[in-house]
Amino acid sequence: MHELAITEGIIKIASEVAEKNKAKKVLNIKIKCGDFSGVVPSLIQEYFDIVSKGTIVEGAKLIIDRVPIRIYCFECQSESEIQRSQICCPKCGAYKYKMISGKEFFVESLEVE
Amino acid sequence: MEIKVVKQIMGWNEDCSNEIKKELDEKKVFMINIMGSPGAGKTSVIVELIKELSKDYKVAVIEGDITGQIDAEKISQMGILVVQLNTDGACHIEAMSIKNILNYFNLNDIDVLLIENIGNLVCPAEFNLGEDLKVAILSIPEGDDKVQKYPLMFSVANVLLLNKFDMRDYFEFDEEKVIKYAKGLNPELEVYRFSSRKEYDNKEFFNSIKEKIKNKLTR
Repeated sequence: MHELAITEGIIKIASEVAEKNKAKKVLNIKIKCGDFSGVVPSLIQEYFDIVSKGTIVEGAKLIIDRVPIRIYCFECQSESEIQRSQICCPKCGAYKYKMISGKEFFVESLEVE
Repeated sequence: MEIKVVKQIMGWNEDCSNEIKKELDEKKVFMINIMGSPGAGKTSVIVELIKELSKDYKVAVIEGDITGQIDAEKISQMGILVVQLNTDGACHIEAMSIKNILNYFNLNDIDVLLIENIGNLVCPAEFNLGEDLKVAILSIPEGDDKVQKYPLMFSVANVLLLNKFDMRDYFEFDEEKVIKYAKGLNPELEVYRFSSRKEYDNKEFFNSIKEKIKNKLTR
């Protein structure tokens, strides 16, 4: 449901940056999206194509860079990559860890001309 | 040409929730965001919280629902100030809605503000509202696999209530498993067994909430 609001957020950020840099056209927008963030990237491009019509970012391609979930385990003191559904340390099976990456969700850069 | 940006996409919500937090800090209001599935017992927990907290504090409620005001009427009958927030289809409450609705309250005259979020284990977890405490409610009949299925909710919550605990034996609910997984995602999480019909960890839950309220209001 809120993928639409998120898309509007992306358009707002990208439009402001493009206008500030006096860009004529935005070719692509790079987005970092953590696997834990709960966002469905494939929906965003679809919304984007509709909502961006008539704006400076119309026609831009969204390049979504997924960030895997990485944890630091306090038990065996090692770093590992885990899946969203897997919630213990894959090396020692402990549940005491902190998430190092996977919650990111931001516009990283724009390719403009 | 490539332009570096690095700007949070959900930034608008974060900015707004920080403004709310600041205002509630100044006015010394403790805000609790109560989340859980439809039917998990959010309203019943709120009713119990009101009974307990209104002995010492002035309590008000924001009732979030997609449509209608069934819950708001229930709360209003208790003589508690309640404002209905209808999201008109949206699956969660955003900080901007809370900011607007705060205008309906005299914050100088409120100690505790309870928000009943939209019944949903997914989206509400993604939006900070400027609250002091996030309470996630998981009721026994929903099943003991929900932490694995909806990890974000249990990783952002400060308190997890295992509600309708009196139903445990009928549903073979493995609370050890739930606690193990939830604490794995979120080692700081406080977990309480709760029922509005029977005493489990109800007192511990109320005491923990009261302690947190007291800390903020006397700060």
